[in-house]
Amino acid sequence: MQILMENIHKAFGANKVLEGVNFELEPGEIHALMGENGAGKSTLMNILTGLFHQDQGKITIDGKETKFSDSKQAEEAGLAFIRQELNIWPQMTVLENLFIGKEKRNALGVLKEKEMKTLADDVFKRLNISIPLNKEAGKCSVGEQQMIEIAKALMLDAEVIIMDEPTAALTDREIRMLFKIMKELTATGVSLVYISHRMEENFEMCDRITVMRDGVSVATSFIKDTSFDEIVKQMVGRELEDRYPERNPKYGETVMEVKGLTRAGVFEDIHFSIKEGEILGVSGLMGAGRTEIMRALFGIDPYDRGEIIMNGKPISIKNPSSAAKQGLAFITEDRKDEGLVLDFSIRENIALTNLESFAPNGVVKEKDEKQFVNMMVERLKVKTASHETKAGNLSGGNQQKVVIAKWVGTSPKVLIMDEPTRGIDVGAKREIYNLMNELTERGLAIIMVSSDLPEVLGMSDRILVIHEGKISGELSKEEATQEKIMTFATGGN
Amino acid sequence: MKTSKLSTIWNKFIPLLALVALIVVVTILNPSFIDPANIMNLLRQISINGLIAFGMTFVILTGGIDLSVGSILALTSALSAGMMVAGVDPILAIIIGTILGAVFGALNGLLIAKGKLAPFIVTLATMTIFRGLTLVYTGGKPITGLGDSYAFQLFGKGYFLGIPVPAVTMILAFIILWFMLHKMAFGRKTYALGGNEKAALISGIKVDRVKVMIYSISGMMAGLAGMILTSRLNSAQPTAGQAYEMDAIAAVVIGGTSLAGGKGRIAGTFIGVLIIGILNNAMNLLGISSFYQQVVKGVVILIAVLLDRKKS
Repeated sequence: MQILMENIHKAFGANKVLEGVNFELEPGEIHALMGENGAGKSTLMNILTGLFHQDQGKITIDGKETKFSDSKQAEEAGLAFIRQELNIWPQMTVLENLFIGKEKRNALGVLKEKEMKTLADDVFKRLNISIPLNKEAGKCSVGEQQMIEIAKALMLDAEVIIMDEPTAALTDREIRMLFKIMKELTATGVSLVYISHRMEENFEMCDRITVMRDGVSVATSFIKDTSFDEIVKQMVGRELEDRYPERNPKYGETVMEVKGLTRAGVFEDIHFSIKEGEILGVSGLMGAGRTEIMRALFGIDPYDRGEIIMNGKPISIKNPSSAAKQGLAFITEDRKDEGLVLDFSIRENIALTNLESFAPNGVVKEKDEKQFVNMMVERLKVKTASHETKAGNLSGGNQQKVVIAKWVGTSPKVLIMDEPTRGIDVGAKREIYNLMNELTERGLAIIMVSSDLPEVLGMSDRILVIHEGKISGELSKEEATQEKIMTFATGGN
Repeated sequence: MKTSKLSTIWNKFIPLLALVALIVVVTILNPSFIDPANIMNLLRQISINGLIAFGMTFVILTGGIDLSVGSILALTSALSAGMMVAGVDPILAIIIGTILGAVFGALNGLLIAKGKLAPFIVTLATMTIFRGLTLVYTGGKPITGLGDSYAFQLFGKGYFLGIPVPAVTMILAFIILWFMLHKMAFGRKTYALGGNEKAALISGIKVDRVKVMIYSISGMMAGLAGMILTSRLNSAQPTAGQAYEMDAIAAVVIGGTSLAGGKGRIAGTFIGVLIIGILNNAMNLLGISSFYQQVVKGVVILIAVLLDRKKS
């Protein structure tokens, strides 16, 4: 299928989201679509797949001007959109998910289980994956769920598959598998639109790349004719010095020590310590137990044995409230589900961790609260018209800043950041890195869990690698390389 | 941005507009509705549902539900009446009855928070248990002979500056609970819990403690309502308070609070209580059969929920 989108405009009320976008897709091509959050990528793809309609501009498919009235029509025409938030019904089986809304049934409405199973087996064979069809979809890994979505698209005979951040939650192995499948799909003439913040992936996988900024398409280039720097420049509209700020850490006392922390079957014998002013990177594959260790340290999940020592004194952490009192802070990987109350304003979210200090007698001192929130919003450069804006209406980068503000405001001694820049655009990333630097200069210790290897290498002073619930290696900044980390992460030596 | 702001303001005032429209229509149909005597009567009539609904607002804001309020009302009423018959000072009996309501509510809260059980199931069970205990305690018969203490009579039937004492109690309770909800850290935690319980927990809020507090408030309001009813009837009835939870939930919903939690206001509940009260009162004035009254009440609830869905 050949697609041509020309001069697409779209506004929601007074908010102009797209102001002249051109995009094209050739059969069998993988075309990267890149741009900061809010650049309009998702809107563009929603227009292509019929969910929204453009105000201006035209879409030509295989030489014919086309306008889908809804997403179902686009689907029937062979366009599939695999969104970042997967369309999975967790309580239903893999098979039920594959055929949801499109069940095969006989004249009486009885489901034709056998036929569906055969079809599912065929498509799984084509994708070379083996997920039991009767497995509950909610028990599948995110990678497997993604495969289910791809299988769904293939069963619709999709000729164009749009993937929005497909690798954000995948393990390295799953990413490899996805890439292999993508290549195979293109060999059969399917074309892919690939939306990802990961530059390396775009350069590895794609034939062409279109960069969007502020609702316009800046440029479309062949991957072989462009470079990282060129793309970043197009995205931010200015030269970005380095992706990571320079770090000159000055260490103080050891602030936290963890000894023999164990939770049966999840993680075992975790030992480490961290000094004031240090950033300790924690790397490892998805599912290795990194997040689980952090959750136990913060009292969200229990641990069976082990010792946590803060400033030389053993402490006991029963719940997040006691962890926070001991000087810990935790920025979770899932900011929408665990970090923010989306219906709360920026002010209410930032104040949530600090209620005790504004309300010593239970009554909230609104002046103190406002003053504090003003200070934090300014310090973190949260971009917003008003502090009363609901957190749910902010961009990903700004949401993350609000979560950070929440916790920095408690003046913690150790800040745990789980995937601090996941799904955030380049500009906001840089701001978060700068902030991490500033915080460590003031003596804060940061534990940074990240799946983004360049980020781990760029920001950490020391790196722990977790493999299957155990620490499989520790690397200093000087000796760390991507290869060494991956070796430890996959269980090698 | 502007349109959404406008529409949220509009939504906030829908219940209030409905109330005003209702008052206008009812007054046109029967001018005696706005007689001061009828208004005072109305205020007294709504006070019991008002108190229960205020407590219920906290519960529903957290995404929970409290079905046991009617049974708590009956049990506290029976226990305090029993105390009075046994010679306990009536004022003391009222205070103890109210506190017992809070204790029963705390029991709900503990089961929900510590037992990690669904509020619907827990309060469905305790609704039956408390009702059963009431029947056991009263032997299924009303408790009478509560004495003729002036203060006790005043609590349900008296007037303060021309306003029925139950209505004064309700308004005082409203002011205190409004303050807790909108000006205190506790209220903020209540909304946070309803909006995103996981985020609230990870933000260091003692979620279990807040839940126990909230169900205690609900139980306490039911207990207080029970004391008013005991005084008004000058007796304790074993079947008192049946289906009261439904009127309270209806008032909260009509007032615009989302059953999913996190969104809503106690002032809205007050309006909801007034709407239900006026509907009952006006239909009586207009001589409409109580059978039709139920139909009308149900329709109003449906309209409220439909409007609420439009919001999101």
